[in-house]
Amino acid sequence: MNYKMKKIVTSIALALIIVACGEKKENNEGAQNDSAALSGTIKVDGSSTVFPITEAVAEEFRTVQPDVKVTVGVSGTGGGFQKFSRGETNLSNASRPIKDKEIAACAENNIKYLELEVAYDGLAVLVNPENDWVDSFTVEELKMIWEPAAQGKIMKWNQIRAEWPNEEIHLFGPGVASGTYDYFTEAIVGKSGSSRGDFTASEDDHVLVQGIAGDKFSLGFFGLAYYTENADKLTLIGVHNGTEVVKPSLETVKNGTYKPLSRPLFVYVNSTSVAFPEVVEFVNFYIDNAGELAKDVGYIPLPAENYAQQKENFRTFVESNK
Amino acid sequence: MKNQVPFLRCLIYLYKKATMRKVKELIIEKSLLSSALITILVTVGIIMVLSIEAVQFFSEVSIVDFFTDTQWTPLFTEKHFGILPLLSGTLLTSFIAISVALPIGLTISIYLSEYAPKSFRKSVKPLLELLAAVPTVVYGFFALVVVTPFLQELYPNLSGFNSLSAGIVMGIMIIPYISSISEDALHAVPSSLREASFGMGATKLQTAFKVIVPAASSGIIVSIILAISRAIGETMIVAIAAGQQPRLTLDPTVPVETITAYIVQVSLGDVQHGSLEYRTIFAAGITLFVFTFLLNTISYRIRKKYQEKYE
Amino acid sequence: MNSIQKNRWKDQAFKAWGILCTLIGLVLLVVFIGDIFIDGIQRIDWSFITSLPSRKAEKSGIYTALMGSIWILLLTTIISFPIGVAAGIYLEEYAKKNKLSGLLEINISNLAGVPSIIYGLLGLEVFVRIMNLGASVLAGSLTLSLLILPIIIVATREAIKAVPSSIKDASFALGASKWQTIWHQILPASGGGILTGVILALSRAVGETAPLIVVGALAYVPFAPSNPMDEFSVLPIQIFNWISRPQHGFIENAAAAIIILLGITFIMNGIAVYFRNKWQKKWK
Repeated sequence: MNYKMKKIVTSIALALIIVACGEKKENNEGAQNDSAALSGTIKVDGSSTVFPITEAVAEEFRTVQPDVKVTVGVSGTGGGFQKFSRGETNLSNASRPIKDKEIAACAENNIKYLELEVAYDGLAVLVNPENDWVDSFTVEELKMIWEPAAQGKIMKWNQIRAEWPNEEIHLFGPGVASGTYDYFTEAIVGKSGSSRGDFTASEDDHVLVQGIAGDKFSLGFFGLAYYTENADKLTLIGVHNGTEVVKPSLETVKNGTYKPLSRPLFVYVNSTSVAFPEVVEFVNFYIDNAGELAKDVGYIPLPAENYAQQKENFRTFVESNK
Repeated sequence: MKNQVPFLRCLIYLYKKATMRKVKELIIEKSLLSSALITILVTVGIIMVLSIEAVQFFSEVSIVDFFTDTQWTPLFTEKHFGILPLLSGTLLTSFIAISVALPIGLTISIYLSEYAPKSFRKSVKPLLELLAAVPTVVYGFFALVVVTPFLQELYPNLSGFNSLSAGIVMGIMIIPYISSISEDALHAVPSSLREASFGMGATKLQTAFKVIVPAASSGIIVSIILAISRAIGETMIVAIAAGQQPRLTLDPTVPVETITAYIVQVSLGDVQHGSLEYRTIFAAGITLFVFTFLLNTISYRIRKKYQEKYE
Repeated sequence: MNSIQKNRWKDQAFKAWGILCTLIGLVLLVVFIGDIFIDGIQRIDWSFITSLPSRKAEKSGIYTALMGSIWILLLTTIISFPIGVAAGIYLEEYAKKNKLSGLLEINISNLAGVPSIIYGLLGLEVFVRIMNLGASVLAGSLTLSLLILPIIIVATREAIKAVPSSIKDASFALGASKWQTIWHQILPASGGGILTGVILALSRAVGETAPLIVVGALAYVPFAPSNPMDEFSVLPIQIFNWISRPQHGFIENAAAAIIILLGITFIMNGIAVYFRNKWQKKWK
C-alpha cells in the first residue's frame, strides 16, 4: 500500500518535471530555426505613463524577434532611473527629463546615456462623471489644491470656489517615484516633487482610474492615454492656459495650446547596453514604430522629422560607444 | 582455547557493528535536529532583519513622533512619520471583519456542535474550511468588483475604495477560523455537563449558552484571537479594495491604507535599498510583527492552559 | 406563553438562526464562485492558457504566470518537504521534554501566525539582497518554503503521533534501532497524513501573492522561467495585475485566471482530503 503511494507520488513529480523541461526544450528549438534571429534579455523599467508605449513596442517586437525577452517594470520614472544608473536596466522609461542627481549617479557608475524623445503627452485632470459642478480649473486653483501647504487644510470643494459643494475632495495622483508627479508639481506648484502628502498615491495609473471612476467627489491627474482608454468612466476637465480653457487632445498638445500640462515622453538607453545587437535592434524598432503605437495607446506622436533625427542621434551614439 | 578465537572475533565484529550503528544513529539524529533548528533561525532572521532596519529608521525619526503624529507621508515633501493612520486603517478593517465573523462564526460553531446531526456536521465542516483556502487575491477581486458596487447602490456616497467592503469580505474569509476552532472546543466539553443540564430541564439553547460556552470559553477566545491576528496580517484584500491613502479615521466609507497595503505599495515601486523610505516598510513591518506576535503568544498560552484542564 | 414555552420557542429560533448562518457561509461561497464562473468561463480556451500577457485583453493569456506558478510549486516542494518532515520527525521522536523542545514548539506555533508579508520582507533582505539571488524564482521559492514550513512540521507531528505505539514497541522488541523503526515502520504508516499536510501547505503557497510582490515578482514578464535564477510572475500576481486594469476585458481575464487558480487549489485540497480519509480509515 505504502510503496504504491510512493510510486504514485514519484510518477506525478516526474511527470511535472518532464512537462516543465518539455516547455523549455520547445522554446530552445524554436531559436535554432530562424536564421537572422537574435536572442537575449532586455530589461526596461521606469515610468508608468510611458509603459503602454513600451509595452506595445515590446509586443510587436516579439513578432519579429521572438527569442528576445523584453521585461518591462513600472517602478516609476524615479525608480527606473535609480536602476538605470546602477546599470541594472538597459532602457529607462521616463515622463520627465533626467534630473541632475540622477545624471551624477550615472556618472559615478561610468554610465553614459542617450535621451530619446518618443511621444508627447497631455497631463489630464479628471473628475468623476457624476461631478456636475466643475467646468474648468485655473492653474492657481490647482496649485491651491495640491501644494504642500494644503496638506490637512484644503479638504473641501467649497474652499476652492464658494459655489462648489461642501464635501470632501478625494484626491488621486501618481506617487513620488512617478515622472508624471514630478512634472505636474513642477508645472502647477512651481517646484518638482513638492506637493501635499495626504492623497491616494499610486504608481499604478489603473488604480487611479478606478479610484476616480468609483468616487463622486474625486479629483486626480495622470497621463492622457489612461483617460483615452477609459473615457466612458471619467470626465476630462479643461485647464485655463492664460487665454482660454483648453482640454488636452491630439491637436491641442501638438500645437502647444494645452499649457502648461503638455510634455514630451522619453526613453533613455545606456552606453553599456548598445554593445548588445538585440538592444540596438530594439531601439531602432522603437523609434520606427513609436509614432504609430503612441497614437494607438492614446498619446501624441512626434512629427516625422523628429523621429528621423532621433534615429540619427542613436546611430551616432552606438558608433561612439562601440 | 582454540574455540574461543572465532567466538572473540564474533564478539569484536558485533561490537564494531553496534558502534557503527550508534554513530550512524547519532549522525541522523543531529541532522534531523538541524532541520528543526532552522525554524529558530527563521525567527531570529525575522527579528534581526526587522530590527536592524527599524533601529536605523529610529535613529532618524523620533519614536515619539512615530507613535503620536497623525499623518503618514514619508515619501513627500512635508514628511510625517506617524504610524497612527496606517494603524487605524488596519484596526478599522479588522474590526469590521471581526464584527462580521464573530456572530456568524460563533453561531455556526454552536449550531454544529449542539444541534446539527453528525452527518451534517461532517460534511459541512470541510466545506466551510474551504472558505479559508481560497486565495486572498480572489477575495480582493470579489470585494472590488462585486461588493463595492453593490454597496454603492445602497449608499451612493460610498467611495470606490473603502474599508467597509474590504472588511466585510475579510470577515467572510475568517469565519472558518472562528467556527472550526470554537466548534472543536465546544465538542470537547464532556457530555456529562450537557446531560446534567438537560436532566435539569434546560433547553438546548440554555445549555449551550449557560453551560457549554462558558466551559469552552478559553478555546473560543483562542479562536477569536487567532482570527483577529489573521485579519490584522491580511494584505491582498485590503490592498485591492481598501485604498492607498493613509488616513486617521473611523469612517468606513472612505479610502484608507493598512500597514500591509503600504508595504505592498512601496514594494511595487523601486525604493532604494538603504534609504529612509526603504526603512519605512521595516518600521511598519516591525509594528505589525509586534502586534501579531503578542496576539499569537497570548493565544498559545491560553491554549496550553486549556489543554491541561481536560487532560 | 409561560416560560417553558418561551424557552422552547427561543430554542427553535436559535436553531433556525444557526442553520441560516451556516448556510450563509456556504451560499456565499457558491455565489462567489458562481459569479466568477459566469464572468470568466467563456474566456477559458487553449489560447488563453498558452498566450503571453498583452496590452489587448483579448490577446492576453496566463502562460507565463502559469509556468511561473508551476516552477514555484516544484522548487518550494523540493526545499520545504525534506526540511519540514525532518524537523517534524525530530520533534516528535527524538526531542526530550526539555527547555529546548519547549522553545522550539512555541517558536513554530508563533511562526505559523506571522503574516505572510513579513516573510516577504525577510525574503527581500536575506535572499534577494544579502544572498544576491535577485528577484528570481529561487528567492521566491525559498521565501515561500519558510512560510509553509510550520504547517508541514505540525502536520508531520500530528501524523506521527497518530501511529499506535504498539507498532513502535514491536519494532524495538525485534531489535531495530530508532532510525530503522522510523524509516521502515513509522514513516510508511504516517505517510498519508504527512502527504495530506504537505499538499495543503503547497496549496497555500500557490495562492500566495504578497510575499512574492515584496520579493519582486514582476508584472510584465512575457516569458516562462528557464532556470531558477530567472525573473518570474505567478498566477495570483497576474490576477492582481489584471484586476487593477479597469477595462472590462481584463476583468474577464482576471475572472478566467481565478477559475484556473481556484481549480488548482480545490483539486489540491481535494487530493489532500482524499488521502486524509483513506489514511484515517486505515487506523479505524
